Amino acid sequence: MEQKLKFVNILKEKNLQRPAHGLKAFEYSYPAEITNIYPMTENERLYQIKIRDEEERNSFSFKPGQFVMFEVPGIGEAPFSISSSSVRKGVFDLCIRHIGNLTNFLSQVKLGMRVGISGPFGSSFPIEDMVGQNILLIAGGLGIVPLRAPILSVLENRSRYRKVDIIYGAKKPRELLYTYEYEMWKKFDISLNIIVDQADETWQGDTGLITKPLAARIAGAGPAFSTNSYAIVCGPPVMYKFVCKLLIEAGVPARKIFVSLERRMHCGRGKCCRCNIGSTYTCLDGPVFDYWSVMNLKEAI
Amino acid sequence: MIFKTIKRDELANLYAKLAQHLIVGPVRKGLDKNNKAMYDFDRVDKFADLCLDYDTTKHSAKKYFLPFTETLCTFKIFKDSWHKKVDYNINEPIVMFGLHPCDINAFNKLDKVLLEGVYPTPYYAAKRKNIFIIGVDCQPQPWCFCRSMDTDTVLHGFDLFLTDLGDRYFIEINTATAYEILQQLDIQDPAPQDHQLFLQKTNEKADKFIASVDTTDLTKILDMEFQSPVWQEWGDRCLSCGTCANVCPTCYCYGVEEEVDLDLKNARKNKHSYSCNLIDFAEVAGGHNFRPESHTRLKYRYYHKHRGFVEAFEESLCVGCGRCGQACLADINVPEVIASVRQEKI
Repeated sequence: MEQKLKFVNILKEKNLQRPAHGLKAFEYSYPAEITNIYPMTENERLYQIKIRDEEERNSFSFKPGQFVMFEVPGIGEAPFSISSSSVRKGVFDLCIRHIGNLTNFLSQVKLGMRVGISGPFGSSFPIEDMVGQNILLIAGGLGIVPLRAPILSVLENRSRYRKVDIIYGAKKPRELLYTYEYEMWKKFDISLNIIVDQADETWQGDTGLITKPLAARIAGAGPAFSTNSYAIVCGPPVMYKFVCKLLIEAGVPARKIFVSLERRMHCGRGKCCRCNIGSTYTCLDGPVFDYWSVMNLKEAI
Repeated sequence: MIFKTIKRDELANLYAKLAQHLIVGPVRKGLDKNNKAMYDFDRVDKFADLCLDYDTTKHSAKKYFLPFTETLCTFKIFKDSWHKKVDYNINEPIVMFGLHPCDINAFNKLDKVLLEGVYPTPYYAAKRKNIFIIGVDCQPQPWCFCRSMDTDTVLHGFDLFLTDLGDRYFIEINTATAYEILQQLDIQDPAPQDHQLFLQKTNEKADKFIASVDTTDLTKILDMEFQSPVWQEWGDRCLSCGTCANVCPTCYCYGVEEEVDLDLKNARKNKHSYSCNLIDFAEVAGGHNFRPESHTRLKYRYYHKHRGFVEAFEESLCVGCGRCGQACLADINVPEVIASVRQEKI
């Protein structure tokens, strides 16, 4: 007589479950829709995403710095940093540059488009630990996108922090993002320093590299700067080396400098290895790393 | 663990017991240029085709649990919504008859990253839990360095394991299912001389290794020698073809792509195996490539397997099967690369 091996069915219920962890949650995505599209520059738009199911919406929360996997069935799936306040549940903004297959498709979609969201994934900026301290938020180009969540967190609890600086550099004035919010940031006693690399005829502000206003800020800071400041940095790979060097030289401890790294991702769940630095998964241990971790990761910046 | 012995002739009955299932095992595929038999894992239709005394297989058995392409889910697309259907792509148990310790250890290593952690992957789990594994002992080949990687023997991760004692096999039984099947066959309790013979075989095997890798302080050395010029030399030789990842029993990285039918009614999300040696592995949208040069990708591969994985799981992601070195068209192999990084004469 032949022996029949028992088939182990790990998916007993055919439906996937909602919890963030476990076998059945791996391929689960929240049905969501695009509820607002706000053009910000020639090539970037802010998409507001709303999770459709009320219960799912209320249980969806994230921390500043985390990302979601955003999927359009049949077109593709990619990671995007959440670029809105973490206070809102299940409704969030993604600032997307139209540059690849999925994002170029997105440039043509209309309000109400159904999409899939999974996550939130990854590490976050420890905003709670920064209470009572100065915060320097330093962004280059699209790097302002992951910083909008911590910026809004700071605004929501402005009195808990000391001096807050946003130092933001872009290539050209017309590439600046969130321009409509600058006045509000300033009203919340945030010092906003914007610098562009290539000025046009309308540009009234500073011109040069982002290290210029940062060096000025450090030079003007008192002796306590190195002990009572945190820094959050996000920008193109080349920016980190120069910015982090200035901060370290100013005495800011490596564990109080945070960066958000960009890598290619195909799963967001620590499986596909595309985002690996060594064998550190940017999607699990990052995208937010402190600078001490970065120093120990080869090829991180 | 429970031990038994089984007469050589009786093994055909073990095969027959399981024959209603898909049985995958080492089968002869042809002759190489020296007239030596070449083997690979494939479907076995009769016991006589199963070559349990094979030296090695060209590929690992991973296509059965990490298929090179796999549909992760399908979508039905309606006018203003869509429905997602997930299938883990296995409906029946599979029997793997005749895996060497390196290939079983490869399963155990993959389990750590694919079954454990925050997001265990059901596509692997569904297959892993439905593969009945019969291991068989092996003879070290000139390219095998499993002993250096602590993977020349295997302690778990199989159902039963056979060691050739001449006219009979020594059996290590690891699961109740295996025990129940063996109970229906003509098996014996091992005699004291069987224990002795088993240990003798193990010791003889240990003496036969030629290739080796010195793993002492390897994680530190890889960090220290990150800028070593030897990486550039190996990188210049590497063809960036991904063959090493193809034959490797533990390479699991992948890419995901979606496709939609022309009528826009159905779509699919497909996974395909990838290799960190391929040029666009770490390229992001907009064109920035984090590892644009061949040597940075080759180095990353060693870094992941011999440093990063060790840091995460206290063991290497290499089982020392030597398949990558055998398959490499540019003749790059692990023992030589690591010896050169260690600045040893080779």
